[in-house]
Amino acid sequence: AGKNCVGIASDRRYGQYQTTIATDAQKIWKIHDKLYIGLSGLATDVQTFIEKLKFRITLYQLREERDIKPSCFAQLVSTMLYEKRFGPYFVEPVIAGLEGPNNEPYLCAMDLLGCTSTAKGFV
Amino acid sequence: DTLSIAMDHLLGLVGKDYVLLIADRKVAYSVVALKSDHDKIMHLDASKLFAIAGEGGDAVQFSEYVQKNLHLYNLKTGLPLSTKAAAHFTRNELATALRKGPFQVNALLGGVDHSGPSLYHLDYLGTLHKVNFGAQGYGGYFCYSILDRLWKPDMSLDEGVALMNTCIKEINSRFLVGGADFTIKVVTAEGIRVLDPVLASSA
Repeated sequence: AGKNCVGIASDRRYGQYQTTIATDAQKIWKIHDKLYIGLSGLATDVQTFIEKLKFRITLYQLREERDIKPSCFAQLVSTMLYEKRFGPYFVEPVIAGLEGPNNEPYLCAMDLLGCTSTAKGFV
Repeated sequence: DTLSIAMDHLLGLVGKDYVLLIADRKVAYSVVALKSDHDKIMHLDASKLFAIAGEGGDAVQFSEYVQKNLHLYNLKTGLPLSTKAAAHFTRNELATALRKGPFQVNALLGGVDHSGPSLYHLDYLGTLHKVNFGAQGYGGYFCYSILDRLWKPDMSLDEGVALMNTCIKEINSRFLVGGADFTIKVVTAEGIRVLDPVLASSA
């Protein structure tokens, strides 16, 4: 995080063990102008999870007619992951966004069960 | 059974206006070769090819399931599914089955539609990736480096076939279990063409 700004970086490798299959994999997605999520872990679960997430966010947009707050989004992700407590999605999300009228940086990382850890400087 | 899934060689590449898919023709059961002329590339519809590597039962059941569902979509809506949509449908089926009863099937799905030719790499977990060229099975270990070096965008069919022949030669000379015949199929805007199989004896 910086002064009213945040960023996420990821690699672009899709591989299996030692073989690299592609070098243009997308691992960071835009949720809205002030919110991005990065997902690492098992590739198939990353793809499934982002599909489910986009579905939930689309519904949120239609119902609330506004963009979701980063802290609220993080709670949504955490809940979705914990729902699968005894058969989890093998994904590890990193959420970065700007919250509120003052664009305060919001950074949050989670484990595969949805345990959040919000940080000030970096995750 | 992880061994049989890796023993099928599948290769595919995208050319100027076509997708080329090749697959070996052997069906093995433990150390015995049951059949040497098995076609592992299914025609999902007139403009899509589905090359499957994996366990016999799963491979056939899953690929027929996908084929029939695409057909149903066509009957219901009167529209053919785009390659991207078909690939995502297939991915979803694999991902849903993963935590119930996974299909031990790796695949390459290639097709030509309004947006041009495209090739998708699919693994049994349901991981989907759009690629310019791809491989499944041990064949990849030998051929990725060749494809990395020699593939270029907008290759003509002759160039594509020549590149595939180079890959086949490499597999047949360096892979431990030698002498595989290969099925070769091309899908273009006009439809699917089956080229003469490459026989190990003549390669």
